[in-house]
Amino acid sequence: MSETDQNLLIMEGISKAFPGVQALDDVSLTLKRGEVLCLVGENGAGKSTLMKILTGVDKQDSGRIILDGKDIQAKSPQHAQSLGISTVYQEINLCPNLTVAENILLGQEPHKMGRIDWKKMNALAGETLQNLLGVDIDVTQSLGSYTVAIQQMVAIARALYIESAKMLILDEPTSSLDINETQQLFTVMRKLKDEGVGIIFITHFMGQIYEISDRITVLRNGKLVGTYDTSSITRVELISKMIGRSLAEFEEMTKIKLESSKHIKSDAVLQARDLGLTGSIRPFNLDLHAGEVVGLAGLLGSGRTETASILFGVEKPDTGAINFNGNLVQDYSPLGSIQRGVALCPEDRKAAGIVDDLTVRENIVLAIQANKGWFKYLSLPEQYGIAEKYIKLLNIATPSADQLVKNLSGGNQQKVILARWLATNPQVLILDEPTRGIDVGTKAEIQKLVLSLAEEGMACLFISSELEEVLRTSHRIVVLREREKVAEFVGEVDENTIIQAIAGSES
Amino acid sequence: MNQLTKSSFTWRNITETRLFFPVLALSLILLFDFIFIPGFFAIENRDGNLHGSMIDIFRNGSTVMLLAIGMTLVIATGGVDLSVGATMAIAASVAGILMNPSALKNEVFFVTDTNYTFQPLWVVIAAALIVSIICGLWNGVLVAYMRIQPMVATLILMISGRGIAQLITNGLRVQITYKPYAFIGQGWIILPFSLYIVAILLALTWVMTRKTAIGMFIESVGINFRSSFFSGINEKRIKLLVYTFCGFCAGIAGLVASSNVRTSDANNIGLTTELDAILAVVIGGTSMSGGRFSLLASMVGALVMQAITQSMYAIGVPAFALQAIKSVVVILVILLYSEQVRGFVRGISAPKTEV
Repeated sequence: MSETDQNLLIMEGISKAFPGVQALDDVSLTLKRGEVLCLVGENGAGKSTLMKILTGVDKQDSGRIILDGKDIQAKSPQHAQSLGISTVYQEINLCPNLTVAENILLGQEPHKMGRIDWKKMNALAGETLQNLLGVDIDVTQSLGSYTVAIQQMVAIARALYIESAKMLILDEPTSSLDINETQQLFTVMRKLKDEGVGIIFITHFMGQIYEISDRITVLRNGKLVGTYDTSSITRVELISKMIGRSLAEFEEMTKIKLESSKHIKSDAVLQARDLGLTGSIRPFNLDLHAGEVVGLAGLLGSGRTETASILFGVEKPDTGAINFNGNLVQDYSPLGSIQRGVALCPEDRKAAGIVDDLTVRENIVLAIQANKGWFKYLSLPEQYGIAEKYIKLLNIATPSADQLVKNLSGGNQQKVILARWLATNPQVLILDEPTRGIDVGTKAEIQKLVLSLAEEGMACLFISSELEEVLRTSHRIVVLREREKVAEFVGEVDENTIIQAIAGSES
Repeated sequence: MNQLTKSSFTWRNITETRLFFPVLALSLILLFDFIFIPGFFAIENRDGNLHGSMIDIFRNGSTVMLLAIGMTLVIATGGVDLSVGATMAIAASVAGILMNPSALKNEVFFVTDTNYTFQPLWVVIAAALIVSIICGLWNGVLVAYMRIQPMVATLILMISGRGIAQLITNGLRVQITYKPYAFIGQGWIILPFSLYIVAILLALTWVMTRKTAIGMFIESVGINFRSSFFSGINEKRIKLLVYTFCGFCAGIAGLVASSNVRTSDANNIGLTTELDAILAVVIGGTSMSGGRFSLLASMVGALVMQAITQSMYAIGVPAFALQAIKSVVVILVILLYSEQVRGFVRGISAPKTEV
């Protein structure tokens, strides 16, 4: 086989911009026949956008896609499927109340005299599962009665039943599987590989990347970092490529940071002792001081968000306790936290941050008003006063305070949420991925803002999947791995030390 | 940036307001009446009280308007209350039995004295309203604290409510003859008395939602309850409040309706009016998935519903065919709200200079 013949899929120079964000910038990717290619990168790196373009959900601004030597442009997921690109999504999107056979053959049932030929259908489904995946189950049972792993297999069987399936995209299929189930899936993937199917595998589990993949393509901030043979790159190298580091603006930030570190108070505002929740985060100790920015580093799924939500009282811990200004915390709820003076900018801006159909003004005053209760209503002039103060302070680009938040760009929405929390005048500010999906300029703005807030006496907990950002903004860095606090570094730390801590012993 | 709060009254601003489409729908129906029904707009003065088809629209629409006030808040949180019709029947039964308890002794005792009542009027009204508030609380607890889907949760009371109403009156219809009670639905002080009830309840609700933070919280919960939760809003308490309030509104509507027909007819009072109330809110432009609401627009929505009924009667559509004709008109009204029509109106009203 010649070199060009080996390449099943070539994506060349793909670019895609969303309002306010360059999601993909000149990204290229190749997939060979019979290989597993891992696509890795932190949140917002552009993995899902790239896959959406491939499967016809979005259309690229520029660049071309070649499948099997032919230029293609999928117009819809259905079209992509007919071209031979099958996808299994993270959430299983099958019908649990239908039988396994119905799920596999939905929309392409065999017919006999105008009616569905059930016998043939069940036989076909059974064969597909048996031959392709080596799974032997009763296909006439409803899908919901099987484990998640089997359901995942059925989803794959459905994806592969399309007769022309040349390649398969698996988008984080293992996040809901246990170890045995994952192994079962890997066996199937190896079998498919031997049959010449190309597989793009998206995951954030390091162990799995090294176990199953042949090559790894790394994306960061919408740009291609590179493609590497799995055997030739170490874990530490891979992680540093994923989270990256650039020296731009670093000097200036270091100066501000050094200056602000003089203002750190010695007494802790918030003390967490043995705080933990089964299945969410192992017990940990953490002190937050006024005037200090503490960075939380770790890979996706390492327990960063869980730490934030337990400190804010979204979930009630089952071990340990929090002391706030010397008082033991009793009331674990967002409202209780706001009343104490703790604020959380949640990770998922769309789902847990903005209220998109309300105006900028209403979004900004929401938390302050919740704190005041139903009847101590802020008058409209007061509301405009608060809103306009923060619009100016944070430089929010909006035509007016009465603009609906959904009409703003991502960066400005994030600023509105920040404003909501700053308006409550918190002592502790927890920021979970405050710069995700935001353009570079606004990112730097927010980083500086965090430092200046600390300088004014706020205790900040800064969570980010970008290590450079954490390094740049934090006085102290806490490292999480596999839902456990594993290390804490004070002062200037070498990036590699932290990467070692993130990667763990196996490096 | 300095003129953040500036507003102006251009044609474009008018078409963007929530009231535009409901008022347009109402105007179109009234225009139809104006052309095809002579004397539809005539208002006559009888002993200082005003009567006429237009007044009838308001008077007959008052039950749906009362229900729509509570329903607007429930729908704004992303829920729905199917039990308001049944709650009306329960309130009517409680009121009826307190004025004429003969049904409890299994005998139908016709009161001929129009000044006779077993309990004073304020007790009758208070008891009926307290019972309907309890009905609302029940719905609220099921939806907010037990996390049952609103449609299922309120369906329970919708079905069982009429049975409960029958139990209260021992399965008999109670004739209501007490004159002061009849005034609630049939009285006239220049305008029909029920209209004053609607106006007062509307004003109170407006103050409750727009002069406190409750309105903003209701909208916030309806649009994105996770964000609201993270912002410290007690979403459960908001839901409990709106369902309870909706029960209260249904109670008032039940009093008006029973006073109107002079009987506590558990089988027919408020029958299918929950659907009219929901439609009124929808015509008022509040999304069934929750979010922004306008009480005034819901009132116009209720008037649209009643105007349709009234016009159909006026042009001689027989009562049995009314529902079918009504549904056709409702479809036409809802079509007014489609993206195509909205885009068309926007196209007319868009500033020509905009690039």
